[in-house]
Amino acid sequence: MKLIRKNVVALVVLALAAGQAMAQKSASDSIAEYRAMLQDGNPAELFEMHGEELWKQKRGPKNASLEQCDLGKGAGVVKGAFVELPRFFADTGRVQDLESRLLTCMQTLQGIDTSSVSTRTFGKGETANITALATWIAAESRGQRMNLPQDHAKERVMYEVGKRLFFQRGGTHDFSCATCHSSEGKRIRLQDLPDLTKNPGDGIGFAAWPAYRVGNGQMWSMQHRINDCYRQQRFPEPKFGSDATIALGVYMGVNAKGAESIAPAIKR
Amino acid sequence: MAGPMRIRAKLNGDKTTVRVLMSHEMESGQRKDSSGKLIPAHFIQDVSASLNGKVVMTAEWGPAVSKNPFMQFEVKGAAKGDKISVSWKDNKGDSRTDETTVS
Amino acid sequence: MKKTFIALALPAAVLALQACTMSSSASDPDKMTAEVIKSSFVDRGIAKLDRLNPDPANAACAAAEVAGQPIDANLAKSIEEANLKSVQWPSDGKFLGDWKQGEKIAQSGKGMTWKDKLDSVNGGNCYNCHQISKQEISFGTIGPSLYNYGKLRGVTDPNSAASKAIVEYTWGKIWNPRAYSACSQMPRAGHNGVLTQAQVQHIMALLLDPQSPVNQ
Repeated sequence: MKLIRKNVVALVVLALAAGQAMAQKSASDSIAEYRAMLQDGNPAELFEMHGEELWKQKRGPKNASLEQCDLGKGAGVVKGAFVELPRFFADTGRVQDLESRLLTCMQTLQGIDTSSVSTRTFGKGETANITALATWIAAESRGQRMNLPQDHAKERVMYEVGKRLFFQRGGTHDFSCATCHSSEGKRIRLQDLPDLTKNPGDGIGFAAWPAYRVGNGQMWSMQHRINDCYRQQRFPEPKFGSDATIALGVYMGVNAKGAESIAPAIKR
Repeated sequence: MAGPMRIRAKLNGDKTTVRVLMSHEMESGQRKDSSGKLIPAHFIQDVSASLNGKVVMTAEWGPAVSKNPFMQFEVKGAAKGDKISVSWKDNKGDSRTDETTVS
Repeated sequence: MKKTFIALALPAAVLALQACTMSSSASDPDKMTAEVIKSSFVDRGIAKLDRLNPDPANAACAAAEVAGQPIDANLAKSIEEANLKSVQWPSDGKFLGDWKQGEKIAQSGKGMTWKDKLDSVNGGNCYNCHQISKQEISFGTIGPSLYNYGKLRGVTDPNSAASKAIVEYTWGKIWNPRAYSACSQMPRAGHNGVLTQAQVQHIMALLLDPQSPVNQ
């Protein structure tokens, strides 16, 4: 597994900072340093800017902005919404995650045709817009702690469904999410694997996506992350915003209760 | 067509640290698409930064710099409220200039 | 114990129901999960929905993990016996191939995803989970280290009678790890058609050939 596709560092530091001793260090130390270097100037900021524009811009046949969108804390309330999703919404009668909720608002408030939004168009068109919006909305809760509600019966059922999906073995390799994500201190190649059956700690796992992936220069939302997990598990594909993806979000998010969100983060 | 840069300029003592995040594909020209064809090179070649209209830094980049480049440098002699402007020009002739004030 | 058998029976029963909506089974999470799976997943590329067909071993192991309990011991034994029976031993009687090719197969994680083609050469994904040679530092820790695998087990001649048991165990483990550990997280590379017999022979050599870097 290559660390980055184009073998250059994205960082050009022209200032002479205090020299770092290139002494003998472990592979994980070097990678931790590389990640620390990348924290500043996270290209996710470019997507945040775009997302904020999209939130405020009048769009679609109804020529309306998204500023009346209810993300769970009331119409237009963005700060703090990210760390309470997925949750139950009375107007749709279902538990929704951030991205499926954005779909709802784009359809109902703006009248936008969202039929092109799918797992086949990540990074393009309206799907890219949803990623940008999710990036900005996540940024508006940065530093807050995951606090998904489990008051509604449907929220509790979705947790149980998410749990069963998490342990479901399938595909040609008999993998489940748990194959990689149910133990502490393990890694795949050199990539540390958080234990998602419990709170994996601040800024890890569910509290770290959306994230900018340096290796392919792409902004990935949680929908994109789950989608690629299933691809690597050799499963068939869950649809964009499907209940399976939402249920997994409930399971991971509730388990991560109290973890600080650092989204949008930066990853290799 | 190119997205805006994010520029921050922070004064600390007598030095101002300028951080710039650019939005650019930075295609090296060596990658191939799924059908095996080379993707044409498209990368920033010239960068310059000015303080109150006076050029304080220039750089010549090539295909080695990767997508959405981040750049950081320090400049002396700036005061709060001064204007920092950053420009780039790429191999296709596209260019972009954005600015910020020192805080 | 009864729970695991219900898990085996349920999916088939639920798949028979045609028009299920989300609201109909809020009280039964297993039933709800089956509905969610049905409404959420689609074919993509070579990854078809039949990859979700419940395999009894997978269903039993998943149910045990959801419940936070170890799988029933008798059930585990029957799964292991059934999987051991299904192991295909090398048709030419050769257990070892070329370790150089084995290293390439162990390094590759390609194949069988919806972005892959049916005729692509699949990799073994081995380094994703295991340390194997000393030189490769990019290794995972999901599985135990296999460094010095043959050496530690005293295999100086893989063809000798003394090594027969280890050689056969290793083949069986790569072909179908469920033959020895009912709920193993390791893919059933031979059984599920991920790797060919020749590829397994090469991996065997990587692990057991005294000349292999793994055993230096």
